[in-house]
Amino acid sequence: MPSCRESTRLMSEARERALTRGERVGLRLHLLMCAGCRNFGKHLDFLRGAAQAYVPGAAADDEAANPDSTSVTPESDAPTGR
Amino acid sequence: MANELAGDAAQAGGGAVTLADPEFLVPLRRQMIKFATLQLKDPDLAEDAVQEALAGALKNQRSFGGRSALKTWVFAILKNKIADALRQRSRIVTASSLGDAEDDDETFAALFDARGHWHLSEQPAGWREPEASLRETQFWRVFEACLEGLPERQARVFMMREFVGLDADEICKALALSRTNLNVLLHRARLRLRACLENHWFVEDLR
Repeated sequence: MPSCRESTRLMSEARERALTRGERVGLRLHLLMCAGCRNFGKHLDFLRGAAQAYVPGAAADDEAANPDSTSVTPESDAPTGR
Repeated sequence: MANELAGDAAQAGGGAVTLADPEFLVPLRRQMIKFATLQLKDPDLAEDAVQEALAGALKNQRSFGGRSALKTWVFAILKNKIADALRQRSRIVTASSLGDAEDDDETFAALFDARGHWHLSEQPAGWREPEASLRETQFWRVFEACLEGLPERQARVFMMREFVGLDADEICKALALSRTNLNVLLHRARLRLRACLENHWFVEDLR
């Protein structure tokens, strides 16, 4: 039976390829007994949905000063919060 | 460029948010360039992709009720331009441009013990209603910080796969990576991103 590390690898790879029958059986067995890895599987689904909904930089829109872009001269009339 | 935009603004009119509003466009363009550069690793290609995306967006100008809806739409166009650019210039990029510095087992050692079991404190917890987080600005700040905290090429392949939407073969071709390399990078990226979100966001919900 696969370890947790191995199971997370299989769950990750399952997003790019079909697992073999042996892999599926081993993974299923492991998941029956491991709540942490079951959670991991759910979180992977969430990660994909979040990545698709993500808009780069959107979170920084509220801030006039963008901390990681030091080259930016802040417009003096930019609102500090919206 | 500015004049074109202003012209379109006049046509679009109204109080809705449009691309022609420089207060909206300037930071948006900067974010687009930043993202495209991360993905394409080539300032000229990135500039082209952003320019094409903005031109496409202006041509099909629609009015949106809010900044974030407009932005999402513009980024969806940019994703397609980036995907096209990555598919086209597959032979230009060499594996070396990704660097090999992160090939240690740091990620795994931090999460799993020698037998491959979760360290007790690293075992993934149950997240309560994670979908609700997607509506919170603060969540996206954490998400972005977690992404930026990933080693560069992990972040890059993760976003190519999950955000830009290339399939595994396309990514391998674009970056001259073996399938095994790609699998390892994606596995690590997912492990780290998940752990980062749990530690900096979802743990709060569990108290």
